[in-house]
Parts: sequence; structure tokens; C-alpha cells
Amino acid sequence: MGFAASAVPGFMASSALAQAELAVGFIYVGPKDDYGYNQAHAEGAAVVKALPGVTVIEEENVAETVDVQKSMESMINLDGAALLFPTSFGYFDPHVLATAAKNPDTLFRHCGGLWQEGKHPANTGSYFGYIHQGQFLNGVAAGHASKTKKIGFVAAKPIPQVLQNVNAFLLGARSVDPSITCQVIFTGEWSLAVKEAEATNALVDQGADVITCHVDSPKVVVETAAGRGAFVCGYHANQSPLAPEKYLTGAEWAWGNVYSNFVKSAQNGEKLGNFVRGGLKDGFVKMSPLGTAVTEPARKQFETTFTEIMTGKFSVFQGPLKDNKGNEVVGASQAFAEDAIELESMAYLVEGVVGSTS
Amino acid sequence: MTVEAENAVLPIAIRPSPFRPFLEWTARRAEPVVISLGAVLVGLALFSLFILAIGKSPVQLFQVMYTGAFGSWFSIQNSLSRAAPLLLTALCVALPARLGLIVIGGEGAVVLGGVAAAATALPLVGTVSPMLALLAMAIAGMLVGGLWVGLAGFLRHYRGVNETISSLLLAYLAIALMNQLVEGPLRDPASLNKPSTSPLPAEYMMGDIPGMTLHWGLLIGIGACILSWVLIELTSFGFAARIAGGNVRAAQIQGLPVGRLIVGFTAIAGSFAGLAGMIEVAAVQGSANASIVTGYGYTGILVAFLARHNPLAIIPVAVLLGGLEASGGLIQRRLGLPDATVMVLQGTLFVVILLCETFYDRFKVFNPDLWKRS
Repeated sequence: MGFAASAVPGFMASSALAQAELAVGFIYVGPKDDYGYNQAHAEGAAVVKALPGVTVIEEENVAETVDVQKSMESMINLDGAALLFPTSFGYFDPHVLATAAKNPDTLFRHCGGLWQEGKHPANTGSYFGYIHQGQFLNGVAAGHASKTKKIGFVAAKPIPQVLQNVNAFLLGARSVDPSITCQVIFTGEWSLAVKEAEATNALVDQGADVITCHVDSPKVVVETAAGRGAFVCGYHANQSPLAPEKYLTGAEWAWGNVYSNFVKSAQNGEKLGNFVRGGLKDGFVKMSPLGTAVTEPARKQFETTFTEIMTGKFSVFQGPLKDNKGNEVVGASQAFAEDAIELESMAYLVEGVVGSTS
Repeated sequence: MTVEAENAVLPIAIRPSPFRPFLEWTARRAEPVVISLGAVLVGLALFSLFILAIGKSPVQLFQVMYTGAFGSWFSIQNSLSRAAPLLLTALCVALPARLGLIVIGGEGAVVLGGVAAAATALPLVGTVSPMLALLAMAIAGMLVGGLWVGLAGFLRHYRGVNETISSLLLAYLAIALMNQLVEGPLRDPASLNKPSTSPLPAEYMMGDIPGMTLHWGLLIGIGACILSWVLIELTSFGFAARIAGGNVRAAQIQGLPVGRLIVGFTAIAGSFAGLAGMIEVAAVQGSANASIVTGYGYTGILVAFLARHNPLAIIPVAVLLGGLEASGGLIQRRLGLPDATVMVLQGTLFVVILLCETFYDRFKVFNPDLWKRS
């Protein structure tokens, strides 16, 4: 069978840690090849797999229930995992917190959560990226490509991380042409292909000619939009193989960098960060290569904005800015830096976005 | 003729013996066991062909499955904890099935039962003892779950709406309602990126069975299965239900209250699913949110059908299915097979077992009359 050797009992694993391979576990809420959220993480895991001295173990389609607690414990007990990346947002509270409390010698780093000192166990931590910067750049490409001056966004839920992306997409497009509007449709679920297709069709029917999204798997949105002749901007991972002619660019995660850094720190016995954030310039987020449909002026503005964001001084959300109900949300002299904590509780849609958060 | 003389002229095979009543009893009960086991073996054989076809060793696969499901105390607890909610959601299918109703929307009762429990807990936390709060949550979950599935029963009897379709559609409504409630009136303002109700404090959680990493839901589920068996097999209410399930017209002619039976049984069934939702909130999640849409309601259908709607048989079947799911992770990690492997196995088993339903009453050996004195 050959797995007796890998199922090293705990006491042996700890004494032999320095020489032994570091077992790193990745858990995904959906399939690893979903062209989206989970694929982005699995691509990161693949980068870790190539590092020396590391064994990667993975599980896909693990529900946000007792299932994930048992999967984590199984990785710890049966595979000797010392560092776990449970990647779905819903895993954190209560599942990661409960399992981490029971396994103080195992390290847990979770995607998207807001780790707080004193409140959450010291062996846990959270990481995330300012991917709204990528959606702003998507917006720049979309602003140039749109002829109808209407663009569309298929969104899962009206929560801060999604609202940031919707707003950034529109603001990016308005940096090209201030008359552009963006219609948003919330499907209510992270993964619901039928509704995503319906929403995409509805957006195209209403005149939107560039579509992007924030759902777990953008595959359906990208294929449906391209099938209807609209341009698309990707999200989470690179979807250009699905619509090579219509794909402008995409906001992608670069988890390979993030995971490699965590794993190298763990191998060197260094302390892992508990609250890790980064954007384009930190290598947390990257852009898909520009598609063939991107015109020269679009490429120019895209590259200018990209360079500006890479300095780390660019604010996607700068005043004066109103929400789409007419209330001022960012004052005239105000600008939120990329790491502004206020952005993590965003609850509004900016002026120019057609849609409602409730 | 004396008995001895009579025996002397009868062929040996059908001579009365002290074993006859036992053989008769065994023959009657052996039929479902032998046919189900046979179906499982055929299913496993078909699945092995599938595994061979993708170039893996079925032997190794079954070894890994055993390790992941029952190979150690950790694995056994892993399997049992996955089985716990299935016990209750399987009852939600099995009870109406005894009346001839196919209810497949238990998921809705799970979700709304969880929301009702979380909503009930909100004003009680800090004012009453944890025990009392948990009791109130359980009652609320059962009431709402019972109402939801009872509605499908009501529509069936009084409006002639097909309960299979209506219960399924009600499940979608329930999920939409849950989303609306936890993103709106019941939302804890602190739950930014995952709208949820306010979390239960640790002391108000259901907790684990002492000495195990298993919550009390397992024992509650087993208790509910035993209770349901008593209800169906030993009470007049259950007897009436079985008559109505056999032939509605005959039951009506007998003057049995078929309407009340249908609404009552679907409501009891729904209350078990609602209880499963309450346990998911009180023992696992700590609050109601989108994570309580677990699919347990749908897996429960599989468990109930595999158990042939016998509440006691649900217990081993749920443990087996829990074991299958527990082994799913190890199959991915050790053999590099996709997660869908376990689903393929579940589907294969389900189809084969349903096909084998047609073998009932086909084999003379199981006929008790064969073993009776002629």
C-alpha cells in the first residue's frame, strides 16, 4: 500500500520535523478545475507542490459543515499535515477556529477572513488581496471596448468584498468615459449556474456589451456573454481559453506567491503572519494578458493605470464619490488607500451602478 | 392418525420440526437483508469495473475507503458525525413513504428549522439557562420543519397537489427565505462577508458526547429512529398509516382518517428534518447562514430508500453512507481520484438497489409458506 510511511504518528512527526517533508493541506469548497475561485487556489497549491521538501495534500468539494472540520482533522491525524489552507470563506468561523483550538501545533491560514488578535487562536491567521484593483483595470479595458456605454456585472451576494469589485469595475470604466453605467445583478448564491446564465442574458438584453462577474466559477458567465457577442473581463482565474476572441483581460489571484511565502517561512521555522494582505504590487493579484480585442488606446491607458497602481499610491476609491442613491460616501478631499480598513465593510453601490444591495 | 404416524408418511423435508417456526421467521426477514446485500455487492462490482476503466486498482481503493471510514477510532467518529444528520433527514423521507408519499424536500425543513432555532435563541441567550434555550430551539425547529413539510402533505390531500413536486419546490422557497432573513431582519451587523444570525455563545452550544469528538445529534438521531419504528410498528396510528399506504381507498372505506394521517405523518417527518437543522445550528455552525444549506435533506432520500423506509434500518445505512463520505477525502488524497468518485459509487449503489426491488417475492426460498407444515 505504501501509505503507512506517510501516516507518521504525531510524536514521530514532531521530532523529525526538521528533516521530514512539510505536509501542507489545501481544502476547496468546489471542484479544482472550476475556472474560478477554487482553480485559483489549486494553481497556488500546484506552485507549492513544486517546492523542495513539501508534500501537498488536497481535497475538493468539501462543504462548510462538520465535513471540513473532519477533513482538516483527517489531514492532521492521517497525513501529518502541519500547515493547512482551508480556502473557502465560510470555513473560518466556526470550523477553522474550532479545529485550530483542538490542534494548537498545527498552523491554519485562511483566505478572506478578518483575523483579530486576542479573539482568534494564535495558530490561525487570514490572508486576502486587494483584487478590486484588478476589477478597476478590467473597467478600464471595458470602458474602451463598450460601444453602448453600458456594462454589466453578475454578482453573487451584496457583501463588502463583492461590492468593492462592482464599484471598482464601474469606476475603472468611468476613468475612460464618465457617461458609462454598469448594471449589476445579484444571483444570491456563490455557485448557481442557471441564474448566472439568466443574469448574463438579461444584462446583454438590456444593452450591456462588456460583462464581468464575481461568482465562484465565472465559466458560465464568460461562455454565455461571449456566445451573445459581448466582451468579457475575467475574474479569479484566467478564463481566456473559454472565449479567446471576446476576453479583454481579467483580475486573477496570484496565490502561488502567497502560498510559497507562507510555506518557505514555515520551513525556515519563522513565524507566519496572522493578518496578511496585498495587492497588485505585492504579487497577490495579477492581470490576465490583454486579449486580441483590446485596442491600442485601451492598452495605453491600461498600462498607465497599471503602473500607477504598482506604485502602491493609487486610490480606486477617491472623493468626491456618491452612492447610487445620492448620498456622499467619500468626501471631496478623501481617498482610501488600498489597505484602508473601511473598504472591508463597504455596503454601497457608487453612482453609475444600476442595481440595489437589497 | 396419530402425529407420529402422520410424520412417518410425510417426506422428510416438510416434516414439522421445532425449527420450522424459526425457519419461517428467518425466511421472512432474510429476504430484504439478502437482496439488499446482494444489490450492494453487485453495485460494488460494477463500481470496480469503473475504477479499473480509469486505471486504478479497486482493491487498493476499497482498502483506502475502509481506512478512511472505519479503520481507526478517529475514522469511525468521522463517519458517525457525518451519519448523524442523515438519520433525521432520512426519517423525513421514510415516514411519509409508509403512507405511499414520496417527499423529497426535507432540505427545506432542515434550512428553516435551523433559521427558526437561531431566531428563537436570540432573545433567550443570557436570560434563560442553556438547557432551556436548547429545548426551545429544538421545539422551534421542529415546529417550523413540521409546518413546512406538513404543508406539502396538506396540499396533497386537500388540493391534490403532487407532494414530490411541491416538497421539492418548497425546499427552494425555504432556501430563498433563509437568505432573505439572514441577509435582512436577522442579520448580525458584524457578519460582513458572510451574512449570518448572531452567533450562539459557546455555553449555549450543544456540545460533544463526553469522551468523543461527536455531538449529541447522533444519539438524538438514533432515538428518533427507534421512536419512529415504535410509532409505525407498534401503535394504532402507525397501523392505520400502513393500511392507508397499502391502499388508500380501502383505508377510506374502513373509515380511517386518511387526511389527518397524511398531514400528521408529513408534519412529524418535517419536524425531524427541522430538528436536524436545529442541531446543525446548535452543535456545528453556531448561527444560521448559507452554510446550513448542506444537502443533508437530499442525501437523506438516498438513505431512506436504501433502508427501504424502515426506521431501524436507517441507522446502519446512514452509518455506511457516512463512512462513504468520510472516506471520500482520503480517496482524493491517497489515490488522486476526483471527489466525484464517491458520488459515482453512491449513484451506482442507488440504481442497483432500486433495480433489485423487483426481486422481492421472486425467490421461493424466502416464502414463509414453504417452511410451513403443509
